[in-house]
Amino acid sequence: MTITFSLDGKEITVEDNATLLDAARENGADVPTICYHDATTANGLCRMCVVEVEGQRVLQPACIVKAGAGMQVQTRSEKVIRSRKTILEMLDSTMDLSEAEEVQTMMKDYSADVNRFPDAKRRESPVIDDNPMFIRDYSKCLLCWRCVQVCADDAQYTFAINFDGRGFETQIGTFFDKPIPETSCVLCGQCAAVCPTGALKPKREFLLEQGMTPQEISVLNTGRKKRKNV
Amino acid sequence: MPEIDLAPLKPAIENYIPLGRSGLLPALHAAQKMYGWLPQEVAGEVAKILRVPLADVHGVIEFYSLFYNEPVGKKIIRVCTDQACALKNADGILNRLCKQYDLEPHQTHSELNLTIEPSPCLGMCELAPAVWTMDNGHSTVGDGLSEVESPRSLVYGQNRLLTANCGNGTTSLDQYGKYSALEKAKSISREEVVNEIKSSGLVGRGGAAFPTGIKWEGAMKAHADQKYVICNADESEPGTFKDRILLLDDPHRTIEGMCIAAYAIGASKGYIYIRAEYPYILPVLENALTEARNAGYLGKDFDIEIRVGAGAYICGEETALFESIEGKRGFPRVKPPFPTTYGVFGKPTVINNVETLCNVPLILSIGSAEYRKIGTEKSPGPKLFCVSGDVGKPGLYEFPFGVTLRDALEMAGGVANKKQLKSVLFGGAAGAFATAEHLDVKMTFEDLRSVGLPLGSGVVMVYDETRDMRDVLKRLGKFFAHESCGKCYPCQMGSQRQMEILNRIADGKTQAGDFIRLQDVGWTMTDASLCGLGQTAASAVLSAMKIWPELFKDEGGMMKDEKESRKSKVESRVSKAPKASAKTVKKAIVKKKVSKVSKNNVKTVKKATKPKATKKKTTKTPKKK
Ligand SMILES: Cc1cc2nc3c(=O)[nH]c(=O)nc-3n(C[C@H](O)[C@H](O)[C@H](O)COP(=O)(O)O)c2cc1C
Ligand code: SF4
Ligand code: FES
Repeated sequence: MTITFSLDGKEITVEDNATLLDAARENGADVPTICYHDATTANGLCRMCVVEVEGQRVLQPACIVKAGAGMQVQTRSEKVIRSRKTILEMLDSTMDLSEAEEVQTMMKDYSADVNRFPDAKRRESPVIDDNPMFIRDYSKCLLCWRCVQVCADDAQYTFAINFDGRGFETQIGTFFDKPIPETSCVLCGQCAAVCPTGALKPKREFLLEQGMTPQEISVLNTGRKKRKNV
Repeated sequence: MPEIDLAPLKPAIENYIPLGRSGLLPALHAAQKMYGWLPQEVAGEVAKILRVPLADVHGVIEFYSLFYNEPVGKKIIRVCTDQACALKNADGILNRLCKQYDLEPHQTHSELNLTIEPSPCLGMCELAPAVWTMDNGHSTVGDGLSEVESPRSLVYGQNRLLTANCGNGTTSLDQYGKYSALEKAKSISREEVVNEIKSSGLVGRGGAAFPTGIKWEGAMKAHADQKYVICNADESEPGTFKDRILLLDDPHRTIEGMCIAAYAIGASKGYIYIRAEYPYILPVLENALTEARNAGYLGKDFDIEIRVGAGAYICGEETALFESIEGKRGFPRVKPPFPTTYGVFGKPTVINNVETLCNVPLILSIGSAEYRKIGTEKSPGPKLFCVSGDVGKPGLYEFPFGVTLRDALEMAGGVANKKQLKSVLFGGAAGAFATAEHLDVKMTFEDLRSVGLPLGSGVVMVYDETRDMRDVLKRLGKFFAHESCGKCYPCQMGSQRQMEILNRIADGKTQAGDFIRLQDVGWTMTDASLCGLGQTAASAVLSAMKIWPELFKDEGGMMKDEKESRKSKVESRVSKAPKASAKTVKKAIVKKKVSKVSKNNVKTVKKATKPKATKKKTTKTPKKK
């Protein structure tokens, strides 16, 4: 079954279970996303993908809302642009986006002002290097939740990480902030694989960045395979 | 620290094992009652007993402000510093108490075993200033000078239908009489009950004003092996205290309303989710439930369980409330699916506010036609207004819809101390400001909406001419930053940025561009947030910006934005400005903090680097005199 609706003034036809995001992408409309990932349940939390749907009081997350027959959808209305730009500016004032390349590109696309929020409190914490597999640099974390999701029932069912605090003070954390080896973590590495910002990074990559040579690294006990060999 | 004896824990929480994950909040409450706080060992044991992952238990403790993962005093004094209490010198009371015990707010005096905390609205606005004390599990409330077991009820109104039994202590089942409305409901079909509610025109009193009959119809028609009825008694909207009085003085009205809802939709299980700040209502409710069971109204095809929150405004949002009942962090869900098909535990659920449920027996008793004679055509029925702040006679007022703000204020004794009116905050923190210009607006959904005022939960918070609205706004900012759950970006960061800008404005340190910055943050939260909290977190602020733009000007009386706005458009496009500076500053900060870190003390690391708004606790050992 297919349905037809209006996207940015153009009548388009898509499969009837397509989300607005699917529909937009199939039809060449650029809708940015941050939290969305194929491997995780869509939570609709970054709100970068919001679009304006006629008749709806507030903007709708395209990653979740299904296309419906007769819908009138605007992917770049004034409201939409203002929200996306402000979200990007708030992100930049909150965390270290230096390795979040996709977000950097969005910042350019939306002319986001990197100095928009002077004297803004940032979320910062020291790099945590407590296991042989990956490092955790939560100053770079933009709380997309992907790592928590793959660690839990979206993939691994390990439940090693969850959240500290709430609101602006939220941070990904373990039980009473214990080091990773003391948790249920099995070092599967899926969290680092889905992290979009370099907040979770394979140890090897981190050490290379720190200027170590592959030879120097190989004598260290990093990574899962090495561990098995021990 | 002395060894923690875990032996008594299991017997204390054994009852919750069959509940599984859903037993987590009750179990943590029980554990905290025993140990005073939730040490790692205790949290670990609770996790083991209930078979919940450790990290998840930690996540839940971290979410709720009334769960403590660091030692606190056996006695905790919480001073409300929210809107109504701020007008009654709450800051002064907090300071005096802190001075008296040589403490800072949030600090614990280890010798006296005492903690003093500022608190968001405690739901006692009409009795402001409000102080809530927990001493070794025993709760008292007061004004910082004297204490009582539970707050008084000040109830007014000429024709009191919803509050007929309120104002004279708790109404027992004997006094309440038979659940005759329930009997009447059961004598007709479910469809007829739903139709009766639909024709009454009743809409939800919890804030969203959704038609109750349509909600019930949805849940009635949903197919499922199990359905639920939930009474939302989380009442954490600053300025709201009506549900506290309804439950404390007349619990059977709510219970009867729930029974009728359960019959209508075919639910066998109900919950009353009540905020933890109302512990004095618990014995009253327990007793009323027992009375209802003994009388045969509950316990056969329908029964009710009480669930207690743990300090989170967001848990009043219906889907966050479901998550909380399920033993999780109170994150709101994306809707659809809606509760009527996918509610608590994924089952069809009707969730209604206490006051909404109290209307139900009335509608069934007198019939929808008679009910519609009360109020106006589009807003039928009686309505409760929580009047507080600078009025002569603060209290709970029952009026039919349609009374003007002027009449209401007059009945409430006018502006206190013969002062002039500056403003009324309508609908609570999530509401909007009205001024003298709105005095003749009728208090109905439609009239208020037409002038851009939300009725919300019925809050009428009055500010006299001498009040500094900047201070009012600063407290609003703090409230939302403290209560944002952190799930969606607009609210998670927007509530923080909004607070920062409002703080600057209150401190007279407005920066160039703040007006537009505040507006952009506000609109972004309003338009793009995931749930009602973020969508209304800027509502009052944006309304204030319209009414008093001058408040947002700097000392010279110049709106910096007037110059700025013309420039900013150009600037934002070209600004490749020195971002490095921010980064350098950041590095310096991190370095300084890291240097303080001692490797073997994880706790110190956390505290030094991540001061939390939600869990800000420090321990203090007083110097020996
Ligand atoms: C942040 C937030 C807090 C809320 N708090 C409450 C509350 O304390 N009590 C309540 O009844 N409804 C509250 N609501 C509204 C509920 O989500 C829901 O609409 C209501 O319980 C439905 O009942 P009603 O239709 O009878 O009003 C809140 C909504 C939001 C967004
Ligand atoms: S650590 Fe990475 S994957 Fe996890 S929430 Fe942060 S940005 Fe997302
Ligand atoms: S991608 Fe849709 S909300 Fe994040």
